[in-house]
Amino acid sequence: MKLRNSLVGSAIERVEDYRFLRGEGTFVDDLDLPHQLYATILRSNVAHGRLINIDVSQALALRGVHAVITAKDIPGEVPVIPMRLQPLEEVKPFRQPVIAYEKVRYVGEPIAVVVAESAAIAEDALDLVKVEIEELPVVADYIVSESDKSLLFEPTGTNLAKRFVAKKGNVDEIFTTADYVRREKLSVQRHTALPMELRGLLAIWNEEKETLKVHGAGKVLFFNRRAIASMMNLPESAVELHENDIGGGFGARGEFYPEDFLIPFASRFTGRPVKWNEDRREHLTAMNHAREMYADMEIACSKDGTILGIRGRVDVDCGAYARSNGLTPPRNVAQFTSGPYRIQNIEIEVFARVTNKTPCGTYRAPGRFEGSYFCERLMEIAARELGLDPVEMRRKNLIPEHEMPYPLATMQHIDPYTNTECDSGDYRITFDRCLEEFNWKEKVKLNGRLIDGRYHGVSVGCFIEGGAAGPRETARIALLEDGNIGVFVGSSALGQGLETVLSQIAADELDMPFEKIRLFHGSTTYVSEGFGSYHSRSTVVGGSAIVVTAKAFRAALRDAAAKRFGCVPSDVELVQDTLVGPRGQQLRAYDLAGEGISVEESFANTKHTYSYGAHCVHVAVDPGTGHVEVIDYVAVEDVGRIINPLTLHGQVIGAIVQGLGSAFMEHLKYDERGQLLVGSLADYVIPSADDFPRIRGVSLETHPCPNNPLGAKGAGEGGIIAVGGVAANAVSAALRSLEVDVLSLPMTPPAIWELIEAKRTAIAANT
Amino acid sequence: MKLPPFEYEAPTSLVEAAALLAKHSGEARILAGGQSLLPIMAYRLASPAMLVDIARIPDLRLIRVEEEGLHLGPLVRWCDVERSDEIARHQPLLKQAISHVAHYQVRNRGTVGGSLALADPAAEMPCIAVTCGATLSLYSGSGTRKIAAEDFILGELETELRPDEIIVDIHFPKWPAKRFWGFKEFAKRRGDFALAGVAVYFDQDDAGLVTDCAIGVLGAGTCTTRLREVEQRLIGSRLDSRCVAEAGKLARSKIEPSDDIHASAEYRKALVGTLLERALSSALNSSAGGRAQ
Amino acid sequence: MNIEITLNGTAVEADVEPRTTLADCLRHVLRKTGTHLACEHGVCGACTVIVNGEAMRSCLMLAVQASSASITTVEGLGQGSELSPLQASFKKHNALQCGFCTPGMLTTAHALLSTEPDADEDRIREVISGNLCRCTGYVPIIEAILDAKAAYQNGESASS
Repeated sequence: MKLRNSLVGSAIERVEDYRFLRGEGTFVDDLDLPHQLYATILRSNVAHGRLINIDVSQALALRGVHAVITAKDIPGEVPVIPMRLQPLEEVKPFRQPVIAYEKVRYVGEPIAVVVAESAAIAEDALDLVKVEIEELPVVADYIVSESDKSLLFEPTGTNLAKRFVAKKGNVDEIFTTADYVRREKLSVQRHTALPMELRGLLAIWNEEKETLKVHGAGKVLFFNRRAIASMMNLPESAVELHENDIGGGFGARGEFYPEDFLIPFASRFTGRPVKWNEDRREHLTAMNHAREMYADMEIACSKDGTILGIRGRVDVDCGAYARSNGLTPPRNVAQFTSGPYRIQNIEIEVFARVTNKTPCGTYRAPGRFEGSYFCERLMEIAARELGLDPVEMRRKNLIPEHEMPYPLATMQHIDPYTNTECDSGDYRITFDRCLEEFNWKEKVKLNGRLIDGRYHGVSVGCFIEGGAAGPRETARIALLEDGNIGVFVGSSALGQGLETVLSQIAADELDMPFEKIRLFHGSTTYVSEGFGSYHSRSTVVGGSAIVVTAKAFRAALRDAAAKRFGCVPSDVELVQDTLVGPRGQQLRAYDLAGEGISVEESFANTKHTYSYGAHCVHVAVDPGTGHVEVIDYVAVEDVGRIINPLTLHGQVIGAIVQGLGSAFMEHLKYDERGQLLVGSLADYVIPSADDFPRIRGVSLETHPCPNNPLGAKGAGEGGIIAVGGVAANAVSAALRSLEVDVLSLPMTPPAIWELIEAKRTAIAANT
Repeated sequence: MKLPPFEYEAPTSLVEAAALLAKHSGEARILAGGQSLLPIMAYRLASPAMLVDIARIPDLRLIRVEEEGLHLGPLVRWCDVERSDEIARHQPLLKQAISHVAHYQVRNRGTVGGSLALADPAAEMPCIAVTCGATLSLYSGSGTRKIAAEDFILGELETELRPDEIIVDIHFPKWPAKRFWGFKEFAKRRGDFALAGVAVYFDQDDAGLVTDCAIGVLGAGTCTTRLREVEQRLIGSRLDSRCVAEAGKLARSKIEPSDDIHASAEYRKALVGTLLERALSSALNSSAGGRAQ
Repeated sequence: MNIEITLNGTAVEADVEPRTTLADCLRHVLRKTGTHLACEHGVCGACTVIVNGEAMRSCLMLAVQASSASITTVEGLGQGSELSPLQASFKKHNALQCGFCTPGMLTTAHALLSTEPDADEDRIREVISGNLCRCTGYVPIIEAILDAKAAYQNGESASS
């Protein structure tokens, strides 16, 4: 009897878990080599200045210190970090040198690398490096940046790195004729991905072979390898990057950082393996920041609530440099603010400005979280002022199924997704299902009421998640010596359950037992080309690559069997893992081990996938403390095709809690001197187990994606997108009787209290 | 964040420990639980040349009930306070306040002595010690001196503790069985340093009027303080809801917090008033004898 | 300085500086890298180990303070090559994604359930609030610990 695999769609427990549960994961700091040295980075404590002098003599004299590397130790020009995404010509002058040499532009910028016998000694030596910096006026925020009075990059004559525009239809006309126009200023705060594992690298230079091996890579190994090779004047083939187990990425880990050059360079400089491990205080200034955006936006509606257009500008505080993917969030907020709503007239102008702060990059759903917040707040205010039910306002404006594929706004510059369209789906299904799961009919009766000293509020919001960025991904499938089937992918594992999910796909497509699959990822040695894990693409693009490669592999098995059977391949039948010849000869696929059967194929993807869904939340606000309790949170999303419901659900809950941290708690505050005021996890506050206990999620697969063989849509980021808007709308609804409107995130207790207090004072002044 | 280098000694007697402190005049620090000291050193905000670990000195972890009140040794840990029946009966305000300290793992190591010696303005232990009129005994090579907690705490992270002294006893005065008490604090997350907190106790006569009262505030100034004017306002009064509201209003006007990255001064003032009102209400609404939780 | 500890049931020795934390001693001297460092200032809980039956943050202890103690790390929780009931429950409930906070979650939960096998959800949440996770949102972790209680109530999972 033939039993077809149906692992795709099953809640398979993860294969990765065994080693993590036993404490046998191998994270980069777990690696130790007998002759390794340890590096620490001396970082600027001045936000903007000219580097006058660096005196390393005292540090070098400390026992156990082997080297103190500065810019002058790098032969030739100091390399700059390349733009991986949006590699635009006009942005080039804003890129970051791997080490400061003339100027420092943010607190945390690397100035020197100390290499010593132990991490403790390397840290002791930091205080002994004497740096002279002539301070320059600090560009402390986007307003100062815009004035161009103090420039970070004098030759450019400006602090504006890039202006993006997204357009659709004709806003000017619509805003003059619309029944209702409402303008508002909204902002999202600077915060960060904060994965639990800190960054680390172990670089091993082989002097004899002139080769470099680097452990601790992640996310985009192939791009980073190309970059390091170029910076160190090595052929790509001389550089190997290895990914170890990774403690979370969320978009921030794995991008090219200064240390990705400095540590390999230090290894070559000293002739010894060099290990570097970031500490948490350093991490807060060194790892990409995100999300700091200020919108001045208008919405135009007809009086029945139909949205006619949105227009406005967004100023993005990008930090001191345009670093590898730092322009992605500004670009995205222009194109994706409209979200899942049918908005025919759009013009959003985004200004990516540099300031003397840590450079920014992508963090889960970059630009999308921010855009959703702006759009949902405007819609909620519009619904209220038009006297409309916020539920009806959303339902009537969701993109209808019959208009799929539905084009979003067009970027006014060329990149692979200048034009993008929502691929498939019935957004009303997830919307209605969410309201039902949440029991909106009952919960809405609490809206705005004061019960036991707290104000209650509810809200609903919708989102789309764009995923599966191209251009392509490669997979190689080989019959291993031991008879197992090796599946090698260019995708990266960052904690998302990659090994399990791709193994499920491989086992199903090969129609072979799950236990025979060995999934290999995270090394530039495994496949000839790879792009990596970002933009929710590993399952879709990596998985689709496995689908096409699996077909080729089964054909290769039939070819090899044909030789053994003395017949033509078309006469060979492959039934699960057994090959059958025309005269009944049989062979197990594994018996062909040792013949070197290996095939490699790619799957190219030019179209985004769009998961979509809705979130509902019920909050209670304590006016005495400003504390907001999230009483219930429900998320429903449709991902086209569910590969593993267990891991998918895990991603959704995790993303929602991150989003609630963004909405209520996290904030990287700077003062006017460009000093980061947050230096520890006691100050940078992320959700703990106690904060948001009641989160529920439902995943659907009613509308597969038409653009890939799996029918799947990227789903790793969707859970976070709607959270900011939905939470702010619920708090505003709760405080309606006090006429409080949330405009800025985060909604910390003091911030909410101050909004209430400002209204109370204003009312008292008027009476 | 590796620790700076230091020498380490683990004496087995107070005499030895005091001698080490005296010998290294100001460069040596006592290591108790290390839950505050080690993070400070990891950030290199302090780099003592020597740590004197007092964990091996016997009898520093005792909880004793005497005629004159409750005595705690300096190495009594937060988890010990949590589990102690003596403290539940003879210092319930302390027990409740300590339930807000840090987290499970830290509570297995952090000590009452360590917290007092550090005098973090947002810490619960100094607040309860000051509110309840505790007396500390400080031991050194020249003998033992006693000092009221309120005189011991001088300001933010500043105490009367001399470089050669060790806290060896904390004495809480006798606690009347019929006393009312309450503790309320507000932090961003459970276990975080409080944005503000209020500890209160009061006694009532047979007519229901307040006869004795103490109110202590944490997190809203450079160090924990008593709100003596508010206490005076309550003494002789009946604690009805109007009186509670007045107490809150008066409290707001009597503290002077500063702005910091977590909250503005205005917020903290308002918060203290709110927390005092809630602490008084919870004390009143408890069953007779004031066993508020 | 030389210290002697019982690590996961085995007597071991280590030569450390006074400033070496217990976490670094476990990871780099004794080569038990399951205990992780994610902050080194006592907030995140990833470094939690069990010392004489009590959960402690190993980044907030000097190795020398642990001399002659009995220490259990995540590597000591399983039973041979089998997962313990608590570990199996984590796997069943997908209570880990990147796995970095997981050792601290396990040691903390094991210490808690070993001493309080009847701990209710509020108590579990209270205790686990001292362990930060960025991936899971905590919901499956609490579920996994609740589901493992039975094993501790039945005496299947004696604390070492």
